[in-house]
Amino acid sequence: MAFFLETLLGGLMAGMLYSLVALGFVLIYKASGVFNFAQGAMVLFAALAMARFSEWAGVWLGGDQLFLANLIGFVGAGGVMFIVAWLIERLALRHLVNQEGTTLLMATLGIAYFLEGLGQTLFGGSIYKIDIGMPKDPVFWLESVFQGGILINKEDLYAALIAAVLVAALSLFFQKTITGRALRAVADDHQAAQSIGIPLNHIWVIVWCVAGVVALVAGMIWGSKLGVQFSLTTVALRALPVVILGGLTSVPGAIIGGLIIGVGEKLSEVYLGPYVGGGIEIWFAYVLALGFLLIRPQGLFGEKIIDRV
Amino acid sequence: MFYRENGQFKTSYRADQQILPISQDRLAMAIILVIAFAVVPMLASDYFFRAILIPFVIMALAALGVNILVGYCGQISLGSGAFMAVGAYGAYNFFVRIPGLPLIPALILGGLCATVFGILFGLPSLRVKGLYLAVATLAAQFFADWMFLRIKWFTLDAPSGSVSVASLQVFGLPIDSAVSKYLFCLSVLAVLALLAKNLVRSAIGREWMAIRDMDVAAAVIGIRPMYAKLTAFAVSSFIVGVAGALWAFVYLSSWEPAAFSVETSFRLLFMVIIGGLGSILGAFFGAAFIVVLPIFLNQFLPLVLGLVGIEISTAGISHAELMIFGALIVWFLIVEPHGLAKLWATAKQKLRLWPFPH
Repeated sequence: MAFFLETLLGGLMAGMLYSLVALGFVLIYKASGVFNFAQGAMVLFAALAMARFSEWAGVWLGGDQLFLANLIGFVGAGGVMFIVAWLIERLALRHLVNQEGTTLLMATLGIAYFLEGLGQTLFGGSIYKIDIGMPKDPVFWLESVFQGGILINKEDLYAALIAAVLVAALSLFFQKTITGRALRAVADDHQAAQSIGIPLNHIWVIVWCVAGVVALVAGMIWGSKLGVQFSLTTVALRALPVVILGGLTSVPGAIIGGLIIGVGEKLSEVYLGPYVGGGIEIWFAYVLALGFLLIRPQGLFGEKIIDRV
Repeated sequence: MFYRENGQFKTSYRADQQILPISQDRLAMAIILVIAFAVVPMLASDYFFRAILIPFVIMALAALGVNILVGYCGQISLGSGAFMAVGAYGAYNFFVRIPGLPLIPALILGGLCATVFGILFGLPSLRVKGLYLAVATLAAQFFADWMFLRIKWFTLDAPSGSVSVASLQVFGLPIDSAVSKYLFCLSVLAVLALLAKNLVRSAIGREWMAIRDMDVAAAVIGIRPMYAKLTAFAVSSFIVGVAGALWAFVYLSSWEPAAFSVETSFRLLFMVIIGGLGSILGAFFGAAFIVVLPIFLNQFLPLVLGLVGIEISTAGISHAELMIFGALIVWFLIVEPHGLAKLWATAKQKLRLWPFPH
C-alpha cells in the first residue's frame, strides 16, 4: 500500500511537470490557434539561456551569490525569449495569417528545428546545470501509518508548487484581464478579432512571450532536475498526450490531463511493465490519450468540435 | 518553345487520358529513365552510389508513400518512421522464418505488415483529424520503437533489437555491389511510382483529394470518409513499408530500431513539404533535397567559413544543419507552399512560350 501511494504521488509530481509543458501548448493554441510543436525546443532554448546566463553571472559576481546569479539568468533568459517571440511573429507567423492549422503546425516544426540548432550554436551543446537552490533531500510522510513512511522528493514538491502558482496566475490573466480576453477572441476567429480592432501582431507577440516564459519556468525546473541538455526537447513529446487528453483549449485540462498521464505512466510502468518487458511509459501515455480521443474527440475539457461546410 | 503543344491532336479518349499527354514529356521521361537505368550506373562512383543515389531512391519511395497520405488525403502523419520499421521488421521475419523465400515476396509481405499496422493506427482518423491526428500517429511511432526494442519475438531474440540480413538475390542475381543495389531499388521505385501516379488520378485518388480539401463537404456529396481515409492509410503505409524494408535490407543490411526513430518521421514529412504536397514529382525533389543537403553542408560549410577565417566543428555543422532545415521549412511554407514541384510546374509553363513572354 505504501509502495502504491508512493508511486501514485510520484506520478502526480511528474504529472505536474508535464502539465507545465502542456500549458505552453495550450496557451498558444488557445490564443492564436497554432499548435506549437516548437514548445519543446523553446523549453530547451530557454533552459540553455538561463543555465549559461546564470553561469556567466555567477563568474562575474564572483562566487557565492547564487540567488542573484539565478535572478540575472532568469531575467536574461526571459529577455531572450521575448526577442525570440518577437522574431517568430515577425519572420514566420505574420506571413502565415489565415493559413490552415496543419500548415501552421508544420511551420512550428520548422521553428523547432531552427531553435534547437540556434540554441546549441549560441549557448553550446554540452550538458549544463541549473542550480536554483532547490533542496534535494527526500522527506518521509505518514511514518506512523506505514512502515518506513512514504518517500517524497522535496524537489518535486517545490516544482509542483511553482507549477501551481504559475497556472493560477495564468488562469487569472486569461479570465480577468482585457489582454486575456483579446487573446481568447483572436483564438476564436482571427478575422473577426481584427475587424473589431484587436491588433493581431501584438497579440501573437504577447502570447508567444507568455509561452516563452512558461517554457522558461518548465525548462528551469526540468533543467535543475535532469540537467540542461538536448534530450530536454523530448519532454515536449511526452507532454503531447497530456494536451490531447485534456483538450487543446483548456488550461484546467492541461493540469488534470498532466496529472492523469503522470499517474497513468508511473502506475503502468510499475504494475504492467514487468509483464511486457518494461519501458512502456512513453507509448502508454499516447495510447491512453488515443483511447480517450475515440470516446471524446475534443478531449476532457476541450470545446466541442463542430464541422460546417 | 520547348512545350509546343500545337499539332498534337487527341483523337480518342484513351489518348487524352494518358499519364503524359504531351509528346515532349514522354520523350523527357524516356530520357530520364535511360539515364537513370543505363547511364548513371556506368558513370557514378561507388561512393556516389552509397552516399547519395541509393538513399535518394529509397527515400523518394518513402516520401511518395507519405505524400499519398499527407499530400493527397490531408491526413497529417508523424508516424511514417514506424511504418518503415514495421515494413523492415515484417519483411525480416518472413525472410528469416520461411526458408527459401525470395526477396521480392518478402518485401511485399513486409509492405503488407505495414499496411495492417497503418490501417490499425489510421482508425483514429475516423474520429479525429488535423492536429489531434498528428499526435495520434505519434503513438504509432513510439509504439513501434518500443515493440521492436522490447518484444524479442520480432527480432529473433537479438539483444537491443539489432538484426542483419545477408546474401540477397533476385531471380538468381546477387544484390551485393552498389550498382546492383541501386538498380534493384530503382526498379522497385519505378514500378511503385507508376502505380501511385495511376492511383492518384483514378477515382480513389480524387476521393482522397476531396477528403483533403474539405472532408465534410466530401461526405455530403457521397464520398465515404472511412473508405477514403483507410485506403489512403493502407496504400501509403504499404509503400512506406516497402521503402522501410529496402532501407533495412539493401541500404543498411544490419539495423536496429533506432534506424527508424521519430527523427525519420519528421524528415519524411519535410521531404514532402519541401518537395511539394500532393505531387508525385515532389516526392522525388524533396528526397533529393533532404538527402543531398547534409552532405553538401558537410563539404561546403567548412569551406565557406574557412574563407572568412572561422573554423567550424562537426557539432557546429550539425547545429547549422538543424537551423538551415528549420529555416527552409518555414521559408517554403511561406513563399511556396506547394514546394519545389510547383516551381517546376511554373518553369514548365514559362517554357511553353519561351523565349517570348506572352
